[in-house]
Amino acid sequence: MIGNLGRIGPARLFVHFAVVLIVLVWLLPTLGIFITALRDKDQIVVSGWWTAFAGSTRTTAVRLAGNDKATQDGPNYVITGNVSGDGNGGNGKIESFGLRVQDPAAFKAGAPADIGNGETLTVNADGSYRYQKNAAFDADTRGKRIYLTISAPPQFTLQNYHTVLTGEGIGQSFINSLTVTIPATIIPILIAAFAAYALAWMDFPGRALLIALVVGLIVVPLQMSLIPLLRIYNEIGQVFGVPSKTYPGIWMAHTAFGLPLAIYLLRNYIAGLPKEIIESARVDGASDFDIFVKIILPLSFPALASFAIFQFLWVWNDLLIAMVFLGTDKDHLVLTAALNALLGSRGGNWEILTASAFVTILIPLLVFFGLQRYLVRGLLAGSVKGG
Amino acid sequence: MISQILTAIGAMIFGVAVCAAYFLFSNKLLDLIFPAKEGGDVHRAAVNLRRRSLIRPWLFLGPALFLLAVYLMYPVVATLILSFYGPDGNQFVGGANYVWAFNDTEFRQSIFNNILWLAVVPAACTFFGLVIAVMTDRIWWGNIAKAVIFMPMAISFVGASVIWKFIYEYRGGNDTQIGLLNAVVQLFGGTPEVWITIPFWNNFFLMVMLIWIQTGFAMVILSAALRGIPEETIEAAVIDGANGWQIFWKIMVPQVWGTIATVWTTITILVLKVFDIVLTMTNGQWNTMVLANLMFNWLFRGGGDSGRSAVIALVIMVAVTPIMIWNIRRANAEMKGR
Repeated sequence: MIGNLGRIGPARLFVHFAVVLIVLVWLLPTLGIFITALRDKDQIVVSGWWTAFAGSTRTTAVRLAGNDKATQDGPNYVITGNVSGDGNGGNGKIESFGLRVQDPAAFKAGAPADIGNGETLTVNADGSYRYQKNAAFDADTRGKRIYLTISAPPQFTLQNYHTVLTGEGIGQSFINSLTVTIPATIIPILIAAFAAYALAWMDFPGRALLIALVVGLIVVPLQMSLIPLLRIYNEIGQVFGVPSKTYPGIWMAHTAFGLPLAIYLLRNYIAGLPKEIIESARVDGASDFDIFVKIILPLSFPALASFAIFQFLWVWNDLLIAMVFLGTDKDHLVLTAALNALLGSRGGNWEILTASAFVTILIPLLVFFGLQRYLVRGLLAGSVKGG
Repeated sequence: MISQILTAIGAMIFGVAVCAAYFLFSNKLLDLIFPAKEGGDVHRAAVNLRRRSLIRPWLFLGPALFLLAVYLMYPVVATLILSFYGPDGNQFVGGANYVWAFNDTEFRQSIFNNILWLAVVPAACTFFGLVIAVMTDRIWWGNIAKAVIFMPMAISFVGASVIWKFIYEYRGGNDTQIGLLNAVVQLFGGTPEVWITIPFWNNFFLMVMLIWIQTGFAMVILSAALRGIPEETIEAAVIDGANGWQIFWKIMVPQVWGTIATVWTTITILVLKVFDIVLTMTNGQWNTMVLANLMFNWLFRGGGDSGRSAVIALVIMVAVTPIMIWNIRRANAEMKGR
């Protein structure tokens, strides 16, 4: 089928080109923050991340040692020293130097430059210099001001990650996010699978109505639930003297909001399992509980896995429910909320923002690429059927 | 740190164990109350069997129904009632909140923006998804391309906001532009702009983010649907001399029409609920407010106004109701066909 599609349409070359373009557009934004997070924080603000691999060049001003440091060397007077570490970061290679700000790259590094007045100045790439005059230097003790063009090689560091994980509370939020996400992934699957089995294979009055209800609830906007639920949570908190914003509270909220879709998808899958297996198990005297645990659960693994990935991504990436039901104090702040707070407080500190963003993206990306096969299967089970 | 990890693990085990214990023990209890063998009394045993099969579905469904009722069904009614009450939910104000909403400029702006989002995002995602699916199905490295385009699905909206804020980054004066968009604009001789503050157009700069995230979803599903097209129809069209353009619009698109509708609907629901992107990028400033964020603002603004935010929540609910009905009808039809 796919091979046949290849025969039709405009030239293949155009398709390859177009897809390359699209892939680039889709990849570049994420690539930008991955690279930025690995760059030196001073470099981030002076050059675009796309120049990170080309290295950077910048111009800086330094002073040579004062004339009183001059030593006599035969007929000449010489001042030597090293300008690296002197406000030029200590890294990078000096490409050229100059005496006037209008022409900061007048002379090449490494070769003696005749700067007139009987003076020669040599600045080497590593920053060492030799300033020589065929007569005594005048008495000025302030060193000569020169301009350097320094090229720094591509430079990458893990410092930004160290900073955000230890200093910005991202490490703590990471654990909070896991605490929210893992139970909020397992519990709804358990509850939805039991309900799905009941709706698929058990006979009881009102079953069709319940299925329609579940399908309808898939669409109910979360926003509807916020106000009434906040009131319930506050009242329960007051009655029992517990805080209204707790982990069990948010687990239940995520579970409930994920349930309609979970029940719908799992019911479709479980209802499609072969009738014979279930009926023969019944004849053998197995109870519904046994059938569910020993037959349905193992057989439904692909559907359960795909929903688990969905729910995991959805809970991990959620901001609204966490903000409303878990609050924004430090002990409960999840990664997305922490990142949102950083966006407000550290607006221009891209080294912090990009490294934090990468930490929040890391786990979902691993889950996503590790289990993509199941994810896609689950997506298709739920969506293409009606088409 | 260590104690926090241990607490977290303890909490996780506790949460999951409570849930598992419910199912295990409620079923055991049922078997205990109505045993299968009642001392050789066949009649009693049969009665017990019937009672058990009468009760057990509700044990299975119990937690799900409880959660659905408390978290999704009751709130619809409660929100409706609250919308007729004042800021603290105690004083009946009749239709005052509704009157306020339709006279409020911010509310109207949000409706306008929401319509804009609804018009652009689902259409763009579906269109790009379809085009990319057709193209990637035709090349040998299509699966790699698909994985890249699908990847943003895993990224949170907040993460995406950092990513795109960096793209839209603007630096004043003579500073080097480190935002990709401004650098490109400058490369072609344009003037750098503060993109997310340009009224009206900034909405589109935010939509681009959602399109970037959701196109992969549309692509995967439409790609599967395209593979389901019978080979013969395309062969026949090729023999009849149809070109690629005609085959795409006249053969492929009509055959995956149902799937297109599904994808469109799913993204529409997502757009109505979209909240994170606007919150993190502009928080509704510069005329980018949408209903979901307006509602959230009124929920907490100045101590909160549950009446006004309830009205806004209901507007969102009304907007999704047609989709809800369509969904139920389709599911019912599907079940009858089985």
